Amino acid sequence: MVEGTGAIRRTAAATLSDHRLAIAALAAGLCALMLAASLIGAYPISPGELVAAVGRRLAGAAPVGQIDTVLFEVRLPRVLAAVLGGAALAGAGAAYQTLFRNPLVSPDILGVSTGAGLGAVLGIFLSLPVFGIQLTAFAVGLATVALVYAVASVVHGRDPILVLVLAGVVVGSLAGAAISLLKILADPYDQLPAIVFWLLGSFSAIRRTEVWATLPMVLVGLLPLLLLRWRINVLSLGDEEAKALGVEAGRLRLGVIAAATLMTASVVAISGVIGWVGLVIPHIARMMVGPSFDRLLPTAMLLGGSYLLLVDTLARTMARIEVPIGILTAILGAPFFLWLLMRGREGWS
Amino acid sequence: MSTPLLAAHRLAFGYRGKPVGRHVDLELRAGEVLCLLGPNGSGKTTLFKTMLGLLPPQAGEVRLGGRPIGALARNQIARSVAYVPQAQAAHFPFRVADMVVMGRTAHLGPFASPRRQDHAKAHAALDALGIGGLAEAEYTRISGGQRQLVLVARALAQDAPTIVMDEPTASLDFGNQVVVLSEVRRLAARGLAVLLSTHDPDHAFSIGHRVALLDAGRLVAHGRPDEVLTPERLRAVYGVTVTVERLSQGQTVCAPDYGVA
Repeated sequence: MVEGTGAIRRTAAATLSDHRLAIAALAAGLCALMLAASLIGAYPISPGELVAAVGRRLAGAAPVGQIDTVLFEVRLPRVLAAVLGGAALAGAGAAYQTLFRNPLVSPDILGVSTGAGLGAVLGIFLSLPVFGIQLTAFAVGLATVALVYAVASVVHGRDPILVLVLAGVVVGSLAGAAISLLKILADPYDQLPAIVFWLLGSFSAIRRTEVWATLPMVLVGLLPLLLLRWRINVLSLGDEEAKALGVEAGRLRLGVIAAATLMTASVVAISGVIGWVGLVIPHIARMMVGPSFDRLLPTAMLLGGSYLLLVDTLARTMARIEVPIGILTAILGAPFFLWLLMRGREGWS
Repeated sequence: MSTPLLAAHRLAFGYRGKPVGRHVDLELRAGEVLCLLGPNGSGKTTLFKTMLGLLPPQAGEVRLGGRPIGALARNQIARSVAYVPQAQAAHFPFRVADMVVMGRTAHLGPFASPRRQDHAKAHAALDALGIGGLAEAEYTRISGGQRQLVLVARALAQDAPTIVMDEPTASLDFGNQVVVLSEVRRLAARGLAVLLSTHDPDHAFSIGHRVALLDAGRLVAHGRPDEVLTPERLRAVYGVTVTVERLSQGQTVCAPDYGVA
């Protein structure tokens, strides 16, 4: 008996450290990727030049040549934005999937991305600053997910997951129609190209201002998810069981939706709609560390940051022209989604 | 007499616009097993959900340790009464140990995760039911009977003086039914109060201190098993003919007439 319990403890400890190891490996991988991505590009920088430029920067010395400008004004902000975007979208996706107890929901499927996209287009249309665009993106994104959720809870007697997904598709396409309307109304020489390029999803226009405007918003959204990670986990058992276990399910659900939507919307506001990250990455993370949200969230965020950085680096280096990143994530994500469908429920783990 | 741990007074229950039952009076005290019997659709699950504070009462009230349940926060309720739902397929493949430690949630602060002693309680609960070996298994990959036992373990880890079980034996094989029911009896001997629903009058005879018989949302009888579960009443409620026999070992069993001589 005592021996058996000891064996269980040991296995539990082993599993825990396995997960810690996986998360540490992912973090190391992300750092290596960030380093590599800072060097690669239309203006290649050698590791020595990077170290020298960072040293000059830290010492407060005068910048030398183009390297400092390329590195600090263009490349590093872009690298940070891609990591931040991937981490936020994947983290939000993991939260939505746990919350709706459905491994197939994501910011895209719930209509949050399109809703936030509509809000951001509205912001561009009204010539708002970055912060204003983020606010409109968040407000319309939140309204979209509220509408989807309201529609799904009014329709009874059907598979609730199917209803949720269909409601997301319907509300998402409405938001899409509103975006088209704004495109027609926009100034064709000034605003329209900005809107169109932005809708394709890209980090190419990112400068330091955008990164500094987005980071706090993502952190504000992330904080409640981190603090409430255990309760979010319990909520994945369903409202009734969660309540019986002592969780105020209704309030918690609203808070998590608001937090995840803020994370999604603040990224969408600077990068445009980048699909599939919030759906695919949490899946891979769940395959690695299991469904427990306290492990899933950091894993999904590290994985999402690495993934989007990798894809963005490809997007700016693989061809003579910049390939919009939304196109690449769709090309990579769609087949993965089909593969998940074909694996059936098994793949949901 | 002491204050009942869980009590319903003139309780009417159901969903908005769809009343299910009314005039229910029940009291549950420490060390007691109360079995709720009733045909399909008689309102057992709805009554339980109301008594757990998951549904608002339509009239009357539910008291938990003498206090109206509506005045208590979720974690206060969960520290007083644990719920064992009917085991369903889970959506996510949690490990059994993770599932059981969720029973500790009501004892944790809002931002806390389970600590070492919570994990120890979870493992102790699994060991108490003889399923310590399942700790690392995936909840989605074990049998329905094992899942039910895991949910009982989760309720044990919850450390509440009262446990409400919705048909805990429904998906269990013969052997596991005996395992769960003898555990219920042991819990009562340790001073816990258990309210459980079952379809089998024999379970009420073997472990119930008291039985309540629910039919179409009304309590038609309430008392000692041998007083409540008479052949006449069982015929009236279930529409079948049964013989109630007392075995020489002192156990009482209920034998239905299947119409084949």
